Amino acid sequence: MRKVYHKIIQIVGNVITVEADNVGNDELAEVHTSRGSSLAQVIRLQDNKVYLQVFAGSRGISTGDEVRFLGHQMQVSSSDDLLGRTFNGAGRPRDSRPPIEDQMIDIGGPSVNPAKRVIPRKMIRTGIPMIDVFNTLVESQKLPIFSVAGEPYNELLARIAMQAEVDIIILGGMGLKYDDYLKFRNTLDEHGALSRSVLFVHTAADPIVECTLVPDMCLAVAEQYALRNKRVLVLLTDMTNFSDALKEISITMDQIPSNRGYPGALYSQLASRYEKAVDFDGAGSITILAVTTMPGDDVTHPVPDNTGYITEGQFYLRNGCIEPFGSLSRLKQQVNGKTRGDHRAIMDTMIRFYSEYKETLEKQSMGFQMSSWDKKLLKYGRRFEAEMMDLSVNIPLEEALDLGWKILSDCFTATETGIKTDLVNEYWPKKAE
Amino acid sequence: MPDMKKGRIAGVNGNMLTVEFETAVTQNEVAYAILGDLRLKSEVIRVRGQRADLQVFESTSGLKVGDIVEFTDDLLCAELGPGLLKKVYDGLQNPLDKLAEKSGFFLQRGVYLDPLEADSEWEFTPIAKTGDVLSAGDRIGSVPEGIFTHYIMLPFAFLGTWKVLSVAPAGKYKIHEVMAKVVNDHGEEREVTMVQKWPVKAAITCYKEKLLPTDPLITQQRTIDTFFPVAQGGTFCTPGPFGAGKTVLQHAISQHAEADVVIIAACGERAGEVVEILREFPELKDPRTGKSLMDRSIIICNTSSMPVAAREASIYTAVTLAEYYRQMGLNVLMLADSTSRWAQALREMSGRLEEIPGEESFPAYLESRIAGFYERAGLVKLNDGSIGSITIGGSVSPAGGNFEEPVTQATLKVVGAFLGLSRERSSARRFPAIHPLESWSKYPSIVDESKLREARGFLRRGNEVNQMMKVVGEEGTTTEDFVVYLKSEFLDFVYLQQNTFDAVDSATSRERQVYMFDKVIGVLRTEFKFEDKEKARTYFQELQLIFTNLNYAPTDSDKFKELEQQIDAKISERKA
Repeated sequence: MRKVYHKIIQIVGNVITVEADNVGNDELAEVHTSRGSSLAQVIRLQDNKVYLQVFAGSRGISTGDEVRFLGHQMQVSSSDDLLGRTFNGAGRPRDSRPPIEDQMIDIGGPSVNPAKRVIPRKMIRTGIPMIDVFNTLVESQKLPIFSVAGEPYNELLARIAMQAEVDIIILGGMGLKYDDYLKFRNTLDEHGALSRSVLFVHTAADPIVECTLVPDMCLAVAEQYALRNKRVLVLLTDMTNFSDALKEISITMDQIPSNRGYPGALYSQLASRYEKAVDFDGAGSITILAVTTMPGDDVTHPVPDNTGYITEGQFYLRNGCIEPFGSLSRLKQQVNGKTRGDHRAIMDTMIRFYSEYKETLEKQSMGFQMSSWDKKLLKYGRRFEAEMMDLSVNIPLEEALDLGWKILSDCFTATETGIKTDLVNEYWPKKAE
Repeated sequence: MPDMKKGRIAGVNGNMLTVEFETAVTQNEVAYAILGDLRLKSEVIRVRGQRADLQVFESTSGLKVGDIVEFTDDLLCAELGPGLLKKVYDGLQNPLDKLAEKSGFFLQRGVYLDPLEADSEWEFTPIAKTGDVLSAGDRIGSVPEGIFTHYIMLPFAFLGTWKVLSVAPAGKYKIHEVMAKVVNDHGEEREVTMVQKWPVKAAITCYKEKLLPTDPLITQQRTIDTFFPVAQGGTFCTPGPFGAGKTVLQHAISQHAEADVVIIAACGERAGEVVEILREFPELKDPRTGKSLMDRSIIICNTSSMPVAAREASIYTAVTLAEYYRQMGLNVLMLADSTSRWAQALREMSGRLEEIPGEESFPAYLESRIAGFYERAGLVKLNDGSIGSITIGGSVSPAGGNFEEPVTQATLKVVGAFLGLSRERSSARRFPAIHPLESWSKYPSIVDESKLREARGFLRRGNEVNQMMKVVGEEGTTTEDFVVYLKSEFLDFVYLQQNTFDAVDSATSRERQVYMFDKVIGVLRTEFKFEDKEKARTYFQELQLIFTNLNYAPTDSDKFKELEQQIDAKISERKA
């Protein structure tokens, strides 16, 4: 039986300090107070002092409360019974069903050996042209949706999850509004996907430390399923809340902040989570889609900025559309060369013209005369927005490519598009004139 | 080992240990924290009284106060010898493929393997003879390593001069067998094997002198070789916001650069990118040697989710391997992606040490560390008169894409070429997104300087016209100015932009660049006459298309010649 400690000598922020021997770094403890009990984790050892971060926060902890060390790190079950269940950030059931405590595994495990990864080669079809045609999602990709409050990012996340062909869906909610949590749950339920989903939800009202545990819980479970040959999709929303939780904790621990109060390790912290996305050599895969809300719609804010450097591209969701500029899937080159011969040409040409359209729009708004070329661009831009960008469009990739050729040929001549001649010969729609 | 120096852990804070020791410790010496059967590698980074602070290269989970730490007396070293090429290492020079065989999918902590295969046999040919007097870096013999002759040298750490007592005769040997015995003036005898160790944070300087880099390192990227060249033995940096194509550019350079050895340090970046190199390089052929690209490459990867302290070491490990091959008279290209992540590793550790932070809480010694790293590049004349070089290219990931931040600024001070990637260009899908007006290089170009000035002039004036048109509109611009703008756009589209994913366009040889540049200059110099702007635009669109097709056509193919004729015809169509 492990020793119980009764003397808490310091309480600062969510960190309590006890004097104890033989305690390992990162070890878990249970803190029992008159108001209930909470888990806590060792975050620092200094001589005989042990610093513990209390998951439920330090409110109501008395210096005489009981601290019992558990002799292991934070763990989560990896059993198949998880499917269809909802837990909080500390891994306790949120659905008033019994807790699951078999096949426990450590969270935040070591990183995958790059030699055991394979180059991702499988496209994930979503039926959204802005993704399938222009920024193809690839199995094992890690991709954030950069957005601002008020945009339908959670809806987009749910829609991709429903349409993507994956075996297991794991949702990690951080600082999620309770309504949003219910919406996710209902969407999964309506599409009959709940039985292949696991939810770890930290709501805005829950203790802040639990928020930082959510990605690790999700990804540890995802890793186990992937090793059992499953294709796992992990949805994380919202990683800005996760980063803010890190900020709050590090500031209360007197760490020197680097940029706008965020800890210097923010990049490494985010990377160690996102890098869990993997296509195993000889097992399944983990794909991560995450929401990152940009405070003040500012992409240079530390959270989206660090995220962008880690993830394999990003989708910008603005005004209810996936923005063609800035949005990028870095892995698209791995798959879009093998979909159809015209895929890349259509992708490049349509975006180039849309960018020119935007410039023309600017000129128009300043009252300049529109040349005949400008008029062509205007016609093109409007059609592109209505027929390609609108999020309600739901067509397979091949149809979307055909549509692309149609829009181009309705607006321009083949030479004007600058597309390689052999592609034009093959795909340019023959007009019945 | 009874005389092993030991200490006991007094504190654990993240990946930093405070250790109480009894006798003496050396700054930067390697120590192992003992956790059950695991030995966790760490490095002494500060000593105060009887307590030393150690950064651990692994997760410190489970370590307790009172646990034992063993000191080794050795600094953090790289192992140098035949068999380094084709290897994929982590930041501490553990071979990743062997680690995978041993511990499966994940990088289990505390597992360290020999960087070189002890059992591999090499065909040794002696060079030195008994009685020869050698100094560090002088050749004792050689073994063939893939496409190169790998020289076995007197270890760099041997100070002074050494007389050869014996050299092994030609034949097959394993790397740890004694190849030579040497003695110095004080009568100290030492044995030399094929393997030597060198502390990674110190530069190898066993050469006669450093020379001024002038010859270009051909990267086969038109924007670089023609406009912003990099010299063999020079340094360059590629800062850019995320999504601007830093890594794609680095990959293109690593594939097409005309260097003998390419060392890639994937430092704190995505694992996926390393996997691409790892899986693709063995399949790709180096046109210069006809062998696989992997035969000339070493990959050091410490991706972003691997331990931060090892990330700091990885850059030094990589440059030490580069220096080793330079000592053999080879031209080495070292690419580091990204030096910002390395700087962040310094910052994290500095924070733990509670040092007074500098700008953006980077440590005050950031600049000197960056300068020290880039200064390990260079063109050198070795003791035997042969020439070797290390060219270093570092990508920088400035926060928010803002080049004013400390890492970019410190880097700009010490590099010879600045290839700034711009978000503006990358969102317009103009790749490589090297900004033609903001980038600079101090090295000579492969094309004529005066022609280059002319081309730059068009880019600058084209940009001015473009800015002006945004204010006064196309109708407020003269046809003359408009044509200048179209010409600058033409230059951008057919020369600066290059498609990395096309088999032909991805690499343009030096000769082809010079040839094509003349063609493009020809167009820029031609006076055209147009009735109106609309005609001018259409004309340039058409001309551009032929040039683009030409870029996709293999040199001297029938297609190439046919397109050239089309160009000539097109130009004479509108010549004034």
